[in-house]
Amino acid sequence: MSRPIIEIRGISKKYRLGQIGMTSLREDVERLGHWCRARLSGRAPAPDNRRDFWALRDVSFDVQPGEALGIIGRNGAGKSTLLKILSRITEPTGGEIRLRGTVGSLLEVGTGFHPELSGRDNIFLKGAILGMTRAEVARKFDEIVAFSEVERFLDTPVKRYSSGMYVRLAFAVAAHLEPDILIVDEVLAVGDQQFQRKCLGKMQDVSVRSGRTVLFVSHHMTAIRRLCRRCVVLDAGHASGPMDVDVAIERYAQDSGASPLRLDVAALERSHGTEGRVARFREIAVVSPGGLRFNQPFAIEFVVESREPLDNMMVGLGFKTVDGQRILTLDSDGGGRTFTLRPGVTRIRFDLPRLPLHPGPYRIGAALGSGRHFYDSLDGFALWDVVTSVQDHESDRSFGGCRIEPAFTVSAI
Amino acid sequence: MNAPAPSSPPETEIVIKASSAWFTIDWRGLLAYRDLLRQLIQRDFTARYKQTILGPTWFFFNPVVTTLTFTLVFNKVIGVPTDGVPPMLFYLCGMLGWSYFAAVLGNTGNSLAGSAALFSKVYFPRLIPPLALTVSSMFALGIQFLTFFVFFARAHWFTATPTLPAPGLLWLAFPAIVLHMAVLALGVGLILSTLTAKYRDLNHIQGYLIQLWMYATPVIYPLSRVPEKWRWIAELNPVTPIVEASRRIFLGVGTVDPSRYAQSVAAAVVIFLVGVFAYQRAARTFVDTV
Repeated sequence: MSRPIIEIRGISKKYRLGQIGMTSLREDVERLGHWCRARLSGRAPAPDNRRDFWALRDVSFDVQPGEALGIIGRNGAGKSTLLKILSRITEPTGGEIRLRGTVGSLLEVGTGFHPELSGRDNIFLKGAILGMTRAEVARKFDEIVAFSEVERFLDTPVKRYSSGMYVRLAFAVAAHLEPDILIVDEVLAVGDQQFQRKCLGKMQDVSVRSGRTVLFVSHHMTAIRRLCRRCVVLDAGHASGPMDVDVAIERYAQDSGASPLRLDVAALERSHGTEGRVARFREIAVVSPGGLRFNQPFAIEFVVESREPLDNMMVGLGFKTVDGQRILTLDSDGGGRTFTLRPGVTRIRFDLPRLPLHPGPYRIGAALGSGRHFYDSLDGFALWDVVTSVQDHESDRSFGGCRIEPAFTVSAI
Repeated sequence: MNAPAPSSPPETEIVIKASSAWFTIDWRGLLAYRDLLRQLIQRDFTARYKQTILGPTWFFFNPVVTTLTFTLVFNKVIGVPTDGVPPMLFYLCGMLGWSYFAAVLGNTGNSLAGSAALFSKVYFPRLIPPLALTVSSMFALGIQFLTFFVFFARAHWFTATPTLPAPGLLWLAFPAIVLHMAVLALGVGLILSTLTAKYRDLNHIQGYLIQLWMYATPVIYPLSRVPEKWRWIAELNPVTPIVEASRRIFLGVGTVDPSRYAQSVAAAVVIFLVGVFAYQRAARTFVDTV
């Protein structure tokens, strides 16, 4: 194996909490006072480490030339800090990194434009900020303009651009960087879906066709899966070694920030005072192995308590996207199949042979009722992640909401 | 069996670690980003006068209006003498030695805090923005010089002011003075921006600081009017010899003591080095405290 293009050895980064922003002069003077007093009384000054926060602790791994390595982890796991250190925006507190090649980073693309300057001038300015020479930008100018789709507005100051045009132009410049190592953070959060897909394609081009090394940080598992073979999982500042992307995604899904899969909902506040008096949910739990996985068997259990015998009952389960759009409803009374609830505690179980929801976070709601009357309802009692699985090779084809497999026949005419 | 071909030696190897060296200038980095320097210089004056009707003519108005004010207020009303030189010329020349210094100081004094958004997203040598400002401010100085020259020519050739020396070889010393000013102003600006990054209140004080500094410098009065006893205090101010030297060069007046001037040069170099050191040290982890 050739020498790694990036060697990361024992990188740590410490932040001081509470000191974000400016230290006032008074605080500094006080600290100096403490220090002097401690010195005078002969004690070593006590290090003030209550407010220390370690964003990264002893992170080490290698990246091979030409590799596209994903970095995943939940918010606050240290991803951005690692990228900032790699792109030399800030310094580590300890450890060492060796980069054998030029580095370009795309950390949020929309920066570095000057609002008064025209699109044309800004292409050159932004290129220079990203480390390109004027000649390099000139050589790629037409390509950049074509990619950004803002040809007609090249001589307009960018302050008059729509936010979409602005972001497209910014990404177009950044995407035409040609460093040996490209660092990308969440760029796919920009533009409309069509443009996002274009960006993803461009990133794929960069890593596959031109054989450059790409470090890719994203929450977007679909994008990670498409771009990367190997992946590092960051968790509370600690990094796993690079592992197969499917394994990494499973591991990430396991400790992502979603709600636990078994929830005690008895004490949750109901939106209407009368709800839950006669009958109520006590516990709701996903019981399928591996939780919620796209296109895999899905099972959920409701534990329900009732004071009276109730007829014509149904249980419903709803999945909303984080934008609040209901995307899937599972009602037990489809086709008029109601059940009778006896007094006491009852368990009801739903089974789906395949969960059709695309990977992503969903807000979950549940209802217990009879016809139009709800005895109990819970809106958004959990935030559950639907994850991809090793067997999933479909969900990254598009950005739709859900996907089921139709029965089909093929016949010659 | 063939041994695998050795991978080609890497062109660049960048090492990132907590810095221990206390004074380094990344010459290679500055060189690699020279196009950025050029772009920023260009941006500075195209962006500043976009959408103004008079455009770069504003560079011409500023010194003339300031000088007229000085003439009216300090010379005519208060009666501050001007070393026997026509007051317009006296002030224009004094401003030659001051305005550029003040402009660079004012522009670079907020380099860190002012570029926080950019610095927290992209790496490039952090010295580039203040360097660009130092260079782009020279444009205004050039126009200011032309303004001065117009008034000088009028006084010298058309109204035949007898005390005025003819333009001579001495004028060629002015670029050296400009360089001296640039180094000094950038140094103070870097120190100021380092402090402002930590204590944001300084941002509000900068304007006053520059104004007070101007009054402490013989811009609107000649150094010769400062009593002999106190002159050494005025000369502690490293800008004083600069202003006096420019008057000596162009107007043949002004009190320049070579040893004082050398002192000012030494001060500029020391301040510059301290500034670069402090600034770079602050810039390394500055984004963590934004």
